[in-house]
Amino acid sequence: MAEMMYRDAVRETIREEMARDESVVVLGEDVVGGMGTAGGPEAIGGIWSTSTGLFEQFGASRVIDTPISESAIVGTAGGLALSGKRPVAELMFADFIGVSLDQLWNQIGKFRYMFGGKTRCPAVIRMAYGGGYNAAAQHSQCVHQILTGMPGLKVVMPSTPEDVRGLLRTAIRGDDPVMFLEHKALYGVSGEVPEGDYTIPFGHARQVTAGEDVTVVATGMMVGVAEAAAERMAEDGIGVDLLDLRTTSPMDEEAILDSVEVTGRLVIVDEAPPRCNLATDIAALVARKAFSSLRAPVEMVTAPHSPVPFALELEQAYLPSDDQVEAAVRKTLDYR
Amino acid sequence: MQLSREQLLQAYRRMATIRAFEERLHDVIATGEVAGFTHLYCGQEAVAVGVCEHLDTEDKIVSTHRGHGHCLAKGCDVQGMMKEIWGSTEGLCKGKGGSMHIADVDKGMLGANGIVGAGAPIAVGAALSNKLDGEGRVAIAFSGDGACNQGTTFEAMNMAVVTNAPCIFVFENNHYSEHTGDDYAVGTANDIASRAEAFGMRVWRADGCDFFAVYETMRELLEYVRAGNGPAAVEFDTERFYGHFEGDPQNYRGDGELDRIRKERDCLQIFRQRVSEAGLLETDALDELDKAAHADVEAAVEAARAAPRPTAEDVLTDVYVTY
Repeated sequence: MAEMMYRDAVRETIREEMARDESVVVLGEDVVGGMGTAGGPEAIGGIWSTSTGLFEQFGASRVIDTPISESAIVGTAGGLALSGKRPVAELMFADFIGVSLDQLWNQIGKFRYMFGGKTRCPAVIRMAYGGGYNAAAQHSQCVHQILTGMPGLKVVMPSTPEDVRGLLRTAIRGDDPVMFLEHKALYGVSGEVPEGDYTIPFGHARQVTAGEDVTVVATGMMVGVAEAAAERMAEDGIGVDLLDLRTTSPMDEEAILDSVEVTGRLVIVDEAPPRCNLATDIAALVARKAFSSLRAPVEMVTAPHSPVPFALELEQAYLPSDDQVEAAVRKTLDYR
Repeated sequence: MQLSREQLLQAYRRMATIRAFEERLHDVIATGEVAGFTHLYCGQEAVAVGVCEHLDTEDKIVSTHRGHGHCLAKGCDVQGMMKEIWGSTEGLCKGKGGSMHIADVDKGMLGANGIVGAGAPIAVGAALSNKLDGEGRVAIAFSGDGACNQGTTFEAMNMAVVTNAPCIFVFENNHYSEHTGDDYAVGTANDIASRAEAFGMRVWRADGCDFFAVYETMRELLEYVRAGNGPAAVEFDTERFYGHFEGDPQNYRGDGELDRIRKERDCLQIFRQRVSEAGLLETDALDELDKAAHADVEAAVEAARAAPRPTAEDVLTDVYVTY
């Protein structure tokens, strides 16, 4: 095991995949940085430092610095993927899916189906998402609730450096388009990372803490929030079965249903606003398939139905907190 | 430029096949036998064929929702296409795509597209892929005077210039974006090529109803792009013989306009006239090709009518490679 930062896990995994497969190509805004400036290439190296050094190692033909043109970035990735390459494109902020949505939704997500299964579109679109940076309404959002509903796309939300490595390898080596959602607030987080060339399959949740009292489901940064609450409640003898979904499409329904069968109580933590999000989706799943197991109403801890605010106090109030998770868990336990 | 007799025959045969294919569809769609939205390419055959006769399989094209002509010119199977339009499991896309999404990646045909202007960025990606492979291959984005107004097209043109992609933007100006004239909708005084020029590309302009003008222009243009000079663009002035979609009443057309363009601007007739005047092909030989094209299309219609239909189980196949 080695200690590695989340952002370094992203970059080093891309580097290794580029070295092992020459069809892997990186593109995006400032993935090189400094092109056309006095400072020269790699003056930036990616604003998240997730591509530093790749240009120097692999050259301009495989590390393509693009203009600010998100539609063209995603579309170019689609054309590369249809032509046998494995593009890893970066949307600097997940919020920018708005300007590239047709290419994500109508193009790369549908090529295989529309073409009768006669093609593959192995494009990975990485994007930094989530709040906690005081970046306000257009640079802080979650987008998994939008992308998960799009057939043809896979959606990945790693919460640890270990999962970044295993899941990103699976994404790049796989043959379907993958939306790889990296939480901004996690880039600087370090964690233990196993040695070796391991992969993590999509659709397999990770059990973060084991417990038989309440099931808590979370993704991305919310895993850490829920884990803090679970650790605190463990001191009171409350056992939380905390599941990190890792991927929302495909989603590990079985892990959720198996856990609820044991606990009879479910809290879903979702950083997205409350309508038509992952929490409502899982609540519906459990209502349909585990109704008789439930011993309390399902609780959802989500952001409110508002844009992400700027001011420190407002964003703190907006983001789901460990206190809210704890309150929700206790509420399900107090029911009847 | 001198095309061989075989090249001339093949070019005319392909144009005649597109014409026969589209005319036949026009008839059957009117009867309600074929479902969905269909946009016919009649009138523009010289562009698709004049461009694609220069290409081989490794050169990619990305098409529009008026894409049947591009597909046929790039070598897609006539029966496979007709079966796709009928929605059969034996169609080129197993009945999942239909008229607006016909594709045959193995032929270098990366798809018709239901979204106006969506194809150009995809073509840039295909071009960059070809550039990586380093063998002088290109990718072509077909766009109309409608798609030339989409931001995606602008983004793609700039991206191609910045990345020096061997991408060719072929603008087919048929003077109508859906039901709106280019006098109104193309703000650069009907001049699309000047837009590409403004992005830093070398551009060409030619009469899209004259196969020989298209072919010669593309020969020169392709030589330039294949040599590694980066992207280029061309605008072809062409005509759309039918409406935007089948069923379009076309009440926006001028008096006698359709008769006039069919009489004066029919690319097949212009081809016949040219080769006859130059003594290159005999009328009989051309008539034979017309007959053969019609026979091929008729056989395709019969095959499509008899082809197997999908079942409800097929809805969920091919959404993903693995899930």
